[in-house]
Amino acid sequence: MSLSTGAASFEEKIKNDIAIEPRDWMPDEYRKTLIRQISQHAHSEIVGMLPEGNWITRAPNLRRKAVLLAKVQDEAGHGLYLYSAAETLGISRDEMLDQLHSGKAKYSSIFNYPTLTWADMGAIGWLVDGAAIMNQVPLCRTSYGPYARAMVRVCKEESFHQRQGFEIMLTLSRGTAIQKKMAQDALNRWWWPSIMMFGPSDDNSPNSELSLKWRIKRFTNDELRQKFVDVSTEQTKILGLTIPDKDLKWNEARGHYDFGAINWDEFWNVVAGNGPCNKERLETRKKAWDEGAWVREAALAYSTKRKERKEKTLQTA
Amino acid sequence: MENKTTKQEWPLWEVFIRSKAGLDHKHAGSLHAADAQMAIENARDVYTRRMEGVSIWVVESNYIHTSEPDQSAALFEPANDKIYRHPTFYDLPDELKHM
Repeated sequence: MSLSTGAASFEEKIKNDIAIEPRDWMPDEYRKTLIRQISQHAHSEIVGMLPEGNWITRAPNLRRKAVLLAKVQDEAGHGLYLYSAAETLGISRDEMLDQLHSGKAKYSSIFNYPTLTWADMGAIGWLVDGAAIMNQVPLCRTSYGPYARAMVRVCKEESFHQRQGFEIMLTLSRGTAIQKKMAQDALNRWWWPSIMMFGPSDDNSPNSELSLKWRIKRFTNDELRQKFVDVSTEQTKILGLTIPDKDLKWNEARGHYDFGAINWDEFWNVVAGNGPCNKERLETRKKAWDEGAWVREAALAYSTKRKERKEKTLQTA
Repeated sequence: MENKTTKQEWPLWEVFIRSKAGLDHKHAGSLHAADAQMAIENARDVYTRRMEGVSIWVVESNYIHTSEPDQSAALFEPANDKIYRHPTFYDLPDELKHM
């Protein structure tokens, strides 16, 4: 296929909401954008296991422990769906992991904050997974087929994550004064990082315009952020907790909640690697990868040996 | 150029899941594994955590052959003008029953 017919057929498909599949012609920049976005998304799922993994051994009872284990296992699964989707674009799994470990590829900055108390498991499920769902639901209709299919699977599973988080917050907020205080403290610490999860504001988001044109994204960062603030503010009322934003108030004319200014210096500072846990998260991932090297090599050696043995038996038979 | 780590990457496998007896195996996704047995075990963990399957097929992605997208017109367009292959093509009286 010549470049120009390839480009025309690509534009036509995008215009008519027909999915782009791995072997279809696509602009280099589309491929690059997707590799960046999908691999960062995958890295976020994998690094995202760490803050919660921190509490598995200290969950308050067996039910909570089983639930948290299942949630963290889901996140591993989501990372794997996404890595596979990115591999269809021609990048290898090892290349992506190299990029994560060298710091070249980013992951969601939210996971560079520490999980100090059990209530953080509630706040993460409710707010962090809630924000992720708001981002991910439109991605089920993203223009690249393998990414969209991975997201359908992720979204189906993600709903339980948010509900279990809210349940933790609800239980704490209806508990003793100390428990309620713990829930409020978690909300105080996770609120702002959560609304930063939607990324820079629209006038400052370099990748947004092309992504919208190619229907990789369907909504802008600010649109999704507003929706999240509206929904979460109502949910907070059920908990009887207070969102740490004195400027948060209903705006009748807009039909939305107004909210205070986001501290973008903090956001960019964490992106740049200076958040409370950036170093620790990356070191933990690298250590797991390095210490698993002998397992990967041994499994491959064992498989080769068995294959050879089988061939030998076939020859002598 | 392939680096050392890429060379050691476990092969890629395509996973097909039968969601319940009586239905076809359907493509679910892919994963890396050192051999077929590990591919099945990993597929069980990655793709059937919520009772999505009663049977798993795995096949090394290398062995999948596919039609070329730029041949799709030659392959599939001839079917477009043969609508008489569909039952709705035939205009029959409403009082005709059981057909």
